[in-house]
Amino acid sequence: MAENANDPMHQFVINKIADFQIGGLDLSFTNSSLWMVAAVATVSLFMMSAMSGRALIPGRMQSVAELCYEFISNMVRDNAGTEGMKFFPFVFTVFTFVLSCNMLGMIPYSFTVTSHIIVTFALAAVIITIVLVYGLLRNGFKFFGLFLPSGVPWWMAPIMVPIEVISFLSRPISLSVRLFANMLAGHTVLKVFAGFVVSIGSVGGLAMLGAIVPLAMATALIGLEFLVAFLQAFIFSILTCIYLNDAIHPSH
Amino acid sequence: MEVEAAKMIGAGLAAIALAGAGVGIGLIFGSFLQGALRNPSAAPQFQAMVYIGFALAEATGLFGLVMAFVILGA
Repeated sequence: MAENANDPMHQFVINKIADFQIGGLDLSFTNSSLWMVAAVATVSLFMMSAMSGRALIPGRMQSVAELCYEFISNMVRDNAGTEGMKFFPFVFTVFTFVLSCNMLGMIPYSFTVTSHIIVTFALAAVIITIVLVYGLLRNGFKFFGLFLPSGVPWWMAPIMVPIEVISFLSRPISLSVRLFANMLAGHTVLKVFAGFVVSIGSVGGLAMLGAIVPLAMATALIGLEFLVAFLQAFIFSILTCIYLNDAIHPSH
Repeated sequence: MEVEAAKMIGAGLAAIALAGAGVGIGLIFGSFLQGALRNPSAAPQFQAMVYIGFALAEATGLFGLVMAFVILGA
């Protein structure tokens, strides 16, 4: 099934580019790793070249870089407070990495790194680990106040605490599945509509004109996918800020 | 019934979750527009919250899609 190029899931197949086996661990360099390197390189090169001038009156490129910076710094300040600004470099890295992975995935024949749950789950696990470790180090035992919202009558605690604990534990799952499922679903739908164009087009004759409908749909969906690619990076980082806010101010 | 056929039906049923996501997304943007048209000056402050709500509602539907893939792959 995976051998067939017309299969909508074919685009998500991971191929080994260079084979490395170290101590029974498969550390091969795959197409996934290649596009991750490409994403990091894109962001780093863009940021370095845009900010190399350091002009007082920014040019076009520098304006874009400063816009990115201000967008994320406002997001962190609004959602996690001034104290949350120490996490600004982390949130900025997460945002730019996810954004460039999503955007590079929109290039035809490229590979969408974020369409694999292990990648997004690793990101979400790092975020939740930071929230847990920082929250426990900063607030100590008070961090568990997060599980009992203020203003709730004491006799509600046996119901509220398990609900809040489950909601906290499901955060890394929902954070990772949201990004992964959006990317997977979007790219699969694009490929399915592209497949309709080919299958209707192969009929021949006047019926070929019917292929215009899925073609127009696929074009519109590409626009939607660009929106989703940005929106999911935005949501991923804004939820990171909200979770970090819980670690900094656990008293609900 | 054959297992393969049951899998297909199950995957199709799991995709019904997307109906809920559609209702949720419609409610979010509908209510936002209702509020925003009443008081346009307050709207920009809540744009980010609208997108968070949109993403949360959409993700719930996509969990159903993931279930469909899990059923098909199992």
